[in-house]
Amino acid sequence: MPEFAVEMRGIVKRFPGVVANDGIDFALQRGEIHGLLGENGAGKTVLMSVLYGLYRPNAGEIFINGTPHKHYSPATAIGLGIGMVHQHFMLVPRLTVAENIMLGQEPTKSGVLLDRDAAVQRIEEFSRQYGLPIDPNARVNQLPVGAQQRVEIIKALYRGADTLILDEPTSVLTEQEVEHLKAALMKLKEEGKSTVLITHKLREAIGMCDRITVLRKGTVVGTVNANETDERELAEMMVGRDVVFTVRRSQATGEPEIALQAKDIEACDDRGLLTLKGVSFDLRKYEILGIAGVQGNGQAELAEVLTGLRPLRSGSISLDGLNLTGKTARDFIAAGISHIPADRQLRGLVMNFSLRENAILGQHRVRPFTLSRFWQSQRAITNHTRRIIEAFGVQAPNTTTLAQNLSGGNQQRLIVGREFSKEPCVIIASQPTRGLDVGGIEYVREQLLKMRDQGAAVLLISMDLDEILMVSDRIAVMYDGQIVAIKDPEETNRRELGELMLSGSPSHAAGYKS
Amino acid sequence: MLKRSTLLREMGITLLSITLAFGIGAFIIWAAGFSVSAVFINLWKGAFGGKLAIGQTLTKATPIIFTSLSFLIAFRCGLFNIGAEGQMYIGAMVAAVVGAHLHLPIVLHVVACLAAGGLAGAFWGWIPGYLKAQRGVNEFVSTMMLSYVAIGFSDYLVAPRGPLHDDKYWANQTVRIAATAALPRILKPTQVSMALAVAIFFALLVWYYLFRTPAGYELRSVGLSPPAAEYGGIRIKRKLILALSLAGLLAGLAGSGEVLGTHFRFIGRFSPGYGWDGIAGGLIARAHPIGAIFAALLMGALRAGGMQVQRSGAAPGDIAAVLQGLVIFFIIAPTLVRTLIRWRRR
Repeated sequence: MPEFAVEMRGIVKRFPGVVANDGIDFALQRGEIHGLLGENGAGKTVLMSVLYGLYRPNAGEIFINGTPHKHYSPATAIGLGIGMVHQHFMLVPRLTVAENIMLGQEPTKSGVLLDRDAAVQRIEEFSRQYGLPIDPNARVNQLPVGAQQRVEIIKALYRGADTLILDEPTSVLTEQEVEHLKAALMKLKEEGKSTVLITHKLREAIGMCDRITVLRKGTVVGTVNANETDERELAEMMVGRDVVFTVRRSQATGEPEIALQAKDIEACDDRGLLTLKGVSFDLRKYEILGIAGVQGNGQAELAEVLTGLRPLRSGSISLDGLNLTGKTARDFIAAGISHIPADRQLRGLVMNFSLRENAILGQHRVRPFTLSRFWQSQRAITNHTRRIIEAFGVQAPNTTTLAQNLSGGNQQRLIVGREFSKEPCVIIASQPTRGLDVGGIEYVREQLLKMRDQGAAVLLISMDLDEILMVSDRIAVMYDGQIVAIKDPEETNRRELGELMLSGSPSHAAGYKS
Repeated sequence: MLKRSTLLREMGITLLSITLAFGIGAFIIWAAGFSVSAVFINLWKGAFGGKLAIGQTLTKATPIIFTSLSFLIAFRCGLFNIGAEGQMYIGAMVAAVVGAHLHLPIVLHVVACLAAGGLAGAFWGWIPGYLKAQRGVNEFVSTMMLSYVAIGFSDYLVAPRGPLHDDKYWANQTVRIAATAALPRILKPTQVSMALAVAIFFALLVWYYLFRTPAGYELRSVGLSPPAAEYGGIRIKRKLILALSLAGLLAGLAGSGEVLGTHFRFIGRFSPGYGWDGIAGGLIARAHPIGAIFAALLMGALRAGGMQVQRSGAAPGDIAAVLQGLVIFFIIAPTLVRTLIRWRRR
């Protein structure tokens, strides 16, 4: 038996405009739990999707149990003993546990009849053997998330997996469920199974894994033994070393009155889990407040709450003394809040609308575009679109081109142009430079600073720590649905912010071991 | 707004589909042992061969313009109105009652009948709209089911011993509407009436509404991207309710036009399926209100021509129906398939 269950060499995976994996070497020893650590967009999930046969790599070699494999499908991967538990479970909610697990590999009696009992019996065996308690006859939609995850794991084992890939398994679990998962993984290890654990949580990586490979921007930073490292070292590997910034910020000139005030905001995510757990802050005119944090700590929900797109569970929002609590997006727009949404293709633009139509989204009922209920000024709309195209450098053949025919960068310029030309008093900018090329990034940042200098209050939510440090006047760090610290960018650094982002407090981070 | 080249291409595809449908239809007619040429000659004669034939085509096209508009306005908001047939019956019934029992001066009476019929249809569209917005009830199912309710209810009303039955005749129908409520005939001796002009006027109106008013802009943005519409401050639920209400209104007008211009009374089961034709018409028109006029003409011509095929004995009516079905299928199949794929992805 070869030493490695899986060996990947020089994996390159490109997507249009992005190199997700840039020559990655990865080796999984038999019987180990191997953590794959990195920020969002570092390429962890892509790498494992390549291994699972979901993506075909542009270059590189894959050895499974020592034999090279090329261009295979997930079905082949399953046949080779690889199982993957995705972040979003792939279960049929209305079927029972047993039905879900045997789906596609149903045992039969005399070749035709479904042998449900045999399946239930086998599932119970797996359940006992690996310490994954589950009731095979329960309906999946009645199970808590942790139990659904166990179903996914048993499903993979049922299909003969020797190598398990778990994508962010703990992000949906409670503390207690995490402990159970950890115990189950240890049991699997005893049984000789190999596991890859994709995560961005340092503490869990150290607590659960034998070895940890850290990825950053599609490349391997290094592989370390879990018992020879600490969170500080891993954080540094993940986010990179402190760099010297060219600070282009000038001091704010105007009176920094409070523009937007949020008090004890609580809100749930789409699944109904409490995601914002009491957030309070003041956003002032002539400032950019940067929100740093690892994705999934409530920033997305915060942006939606502050633009009226997500209901508050409790707390209040006011703008210049105007109470916006419980109001809808329409009222937030009317109050002068501009929003650059994180998902520009889903939220920011109607992809099948022309540039003209997109240029007035949100202002389509106000002058000069609409003069009465039954009269829109086509000329005003066209002129407005032309102005945005010129002032913000949108590359487009004409104003009637569909938004979907623009490149991502030009789509973003269109949104930025639309939102900034409203002369807003507050700008909520969510990942405004994500996916842009260097020129586009530069441009959007300059525009944000320009708006600030003109007196706008800007809330900048970004995964890019460099960006936050570069343009913010204050930096708030979000962790687990709360603002855990507000820092002055002159007096902090990447390392401190990184620790805050990853563990919620700087003091805990050093030397933590579980 | 379509660019000219896209528009030409779309029209080319549509014409190609029609040709293909007639080709396959010819094969089936031949295989069934009928004279292909006789069938096609009669189809043409019935649809366009002379004043009477053209009158037939236009008469049948009139309600289909409305029902096509009904389908496409809901479609533009991302909804499937399958219930135009029932909304049309409700509208027709109310128009007949207002036409017969209210006494108003000449133009005013027509307007009152149209308004009442349209509003009644709008109410029948509002119900599934409300259920969709507030309870998430699938409008596909609810509009269709309510359609059967409406048709059955109208049957009861005009059946012998029913409250609106005209006791002078055995037929299931209401009493004749007042002369002041009738829409004038414009191509005598055929049944073509001013309802056709009203239908074309509404096609233009729907176009203006969809493409030139902020309300239409909001409706279309909900249809194309609910998350983006929400982001733009558009209240999606209201738009869903509004779109199905407007769809009901247009279908109600289809029925009102039939009563005021064609039959001058409500006749039980008067529709040979104009509501269903509207689904095909709306899709053939690629959900464009002006296109709906031409799509309805095609549907009307097929209906009129099909009747002549049967009358002439060139082939049984069933063969004409097969031909109609094929044309509809070939034209809408690509659109329908594309639409359903998009709908499922949502």
